[in-house]
Amino acid sequence: MKKLTLQMISFLALLIFCGCAAVETATTVATDIAVQRGTITKEQAASIRTGTTAVSRSLEDFTPEQEYYIGRSVGAVVLTKYKALNDAKVNSYVNLLGQTLALASDTPELFAGYHFLVLDSDDINAFATPGGHIFITRGLIRCCRTEDELAAVLAHEIGHIQMRHGINAIQKARMAEALTVLAREGVKTYGDEELIKLSNSFGDVISDITTTMIKNGYSRTYEYQADAAAVNILRRAGYQPGALVNMLQVMSRQIKPGGSDFAKTHPSPQARIAELGISAQTAQIPNIRKDRFIKAAGHLL
Amino acid sequence: MARYISLVIFFAALSFLCLSATAQTQKTMSVQVKQTQLRATPSHLGKIVVKAPYGARVTILEERGDWKRTTYGSYRGWVHASSLTTKRIVLTAGQTSQTGTVGQGEIALAGKGFNQEVENRYRANNKYLDYTWINRMEAFDITSEQIENFVSEGRLSLGNEGG
Repeated sequence: MKKLTLQMISFLALLIFCGCAAVETATTVATDIAVQRGTITKEQAASIRTGTTAVSRSLEDFTPEQEYYIGRSVGAVVLTKYKALNDAKVNSYVNLLGQTLALASDTPELFAGYHFLVLDSDDINAFATPGGHIFITRGLIRCCRTEDELAAVLAHEIGHIQMRHGINAIQKARMAEALTVLAREGVKTYGDEELIKLSNSFGDVISDITTTMIKNGYSRTYEYQADAAAVNILRRAGYQPGALVNMLQVMSRQIKPGGSDFAKTHPSPQARIAELGISAQTAQIPNIRKDRFIKAAGHLL
Repeated sequence: MARYISLVIFFAALSFLCLSATAQTQKTMSVQVKQTQLRATPSHLGKIVVKAPYGARVTILEERGDWKRTTYGSYRGWVHASSLTTKRIVLTAGQTSQTGTVGQGEIALAGKGFNQEVENRYRANNKYLDYTWINRMEAFDITSEQIENFVSEGRLSLGNEGG
């Protein structure tokens, strides 16, 4: 009996040593062998398997395809609060700038890529969905005096996506529930009941993310992380990271206390500058960057 | 004594299984985005050798930073790590099917879960949502040439270049 216990303990210990990606396959095979050898019972084997599956499920998270669909609907909710700015000139410039920056991020390839849209509002606000949809208000563009500063704003939003802050806003229990529903396999098309369950779960996920993103804001830690990611992205892309400080300085003069925008959802520009610990940009930027910024966005300033 | 020998054999078999399963997942990966490109050089501006669709299986030959040199069919080229997963993506109804069996946890079913069908149902329940601009923003098209010009004219650099 003692030997048997020892055998089981070593067996479980060995499982832990196996590479993460292989754990589930290895567990299935290993538990099969163990059952055949009589080391563990069939019931014990089943329970070990279920445990391992649950663990990998929570680590696996959503696929980029799931995040894309989550992102589309989060974006649609953002568009109930703000109207899109139907301005091809500024939208195509923001997409060109934003997609160039995304290539310098740790996650240059999302399921359907990065897409940017300017919102027709004086509020100082921006949002990034897990699916790569990034929104920025006219009011926030007005905080930018140069292409480098606008790049800083977009890089901060790309930072939120890279660090998966949107997905992390989903409540833990909800996440587990959604992933369990998603993990069910075997049917090619959904029956009505499954579809209802899935779309309810989907609705809950969207509501968790949008409540945090639009109403309550992320934690200060997340905002500082996104600022740090922005500095990296800017540096890699050849922009001056200090431009983020310049933009925050302008923002601190323009932001209205008590507003429902960045005034509510973000740490103060001063706090963000202090946390960044870098100095404002002083070096000259190439004329072409000044010119193309004014040409595309000058009419909004 | 017999017990000890069988114990040793049992652990040896287990270790082998773990190692071989790990080695296999490192060697072959699946495209986890709508479409990615195999490029001649490890850079997003590298010449496109061939495009690889969602679920395509590629074999890893070499890694350099975030870039992996892969083979896809008879083609060879560099793919960015963010477009690949160690999971096998199984394409479902209406898409080309892939064959082979793997452990459950390593499979991700394409087009399953939160998909267009679920979005449609969600939209039917939330009629105030308007996806017109979501579709329009997704259709904004920026070409590699535009990015290349934007980068060189603005004296910028493309981050994330391998090697």
